[in-house]
Amino acid sequence: MGERTEALDAAEKRRIAKQFIEALPFAHSLKMEVQDIGEGVAVIAMPWSDDLVGDPRTGVIHGGAVSALMDTCGGAAVMTHPEAPAGTATIDLRIDYMRPAAPGQLIVTRAECFHVTRSVGFVRASAWDEDEERPVATAAGAFTIERPKEATT
Amino acid sequence: MSRKPARPEPVQVVKERRDGALKALVEGMPYARFLGIGFDRRGDELTAVMHFDEKLIGNPLLPALHGGAIASFLEVTSIVQLSWQTIWTEIESGRIAPEEMTPATMPRLPKTIDFTVDYLRTGLPRDCYARARVNRSGRRYASVHVEAWQDHRDRLFAQATGHFLMPQAGPGSDG
Repeated sequence: MGERTEALDAAEKRRIAKQFIEALPFAHSLKMEVQDIGEGVAVIAMPWSDDLVGDPRTGVIHGGAVSALMDTCGGAAVMTHPEAPAGTATIDLRIDYMRPAAPGQLIVTRAECFHVTRSVGFVRASAWDEDEERPVATAAGAFTIERPKEATT
Repeated sequence: MSRKPARPEPVQVVKERRDGALKALVEGMPYARFLGIGFDRRGDELTAVMHFDEKLIGNPLLPALHGGAIASFLEVTSIVQLSWQTIWTEIESGRIAPEEMTPATMPRLPKTIDFTVDYLRTGLPRDCYARARVNRSGRRYASVHVEAWQDHRDRLFAQATGHFLMPQAGPGSDG
């Protein structure tokens, strides 16, 4: 394969992964948008919305919505890891909430699948609002690696 | 106040007061409404219910509930249980009249410090139930464990532990 074809393949892979993630019904209902994806890293944004608010007196998004974003982003990072698992599911996910996300602001999460074994993908993720200096939340999780059928022994 | 022991309150008065407080607590959380989460109450015991909806699906091929929807359900359940226990004495004292129980008059909600979810089984496309237990509740910090199931109470499909910062009441505080 020539370099040009490989580059096209990478762009095509990114496009497919983006389309796949954004079409997941729950990701779609939270209006998640894949900003970047590939090689075990994913960046996904989620707009602030009235529906996601935990306490209307503050307008702050519920922690659960941030968890949903982190979980989606973690799964996306695992799926695009060069080891190319056929699929993935969350085993566990821990979220630390550093501060409330500013009401009305877009939340962006970056997740990285920093290690994979035959069966497990390990992920770290962080989330920010428009203040990119101070994370809103960080997460650490383990995800299953579902191998394609023919690859399992 | 009478020196004689007070007659027990009529059951509908007690129910109205408790259900009013619970409704105000849950309706004050738009995200819970968005996810279709409600609470069944037996005395002071709460069971959370997340009614199945297509939008909660993560993997349409299986189909399975999205891990994020499950995490959200567990966190909402934990926060409502913790708040409920905190205001229970207040509710029972009758100091707040049922008609005054609105989301705006409810105490501020605890803030999540951290939350760890174990996904034990695939979430099936049907209703989910959860109950939370407050293992420690101090003046500032609380630790809560929550378990969720679908068809069988003893076959959990997810569980979580979270730590929460309690709202600080009192004058001069925004609690």
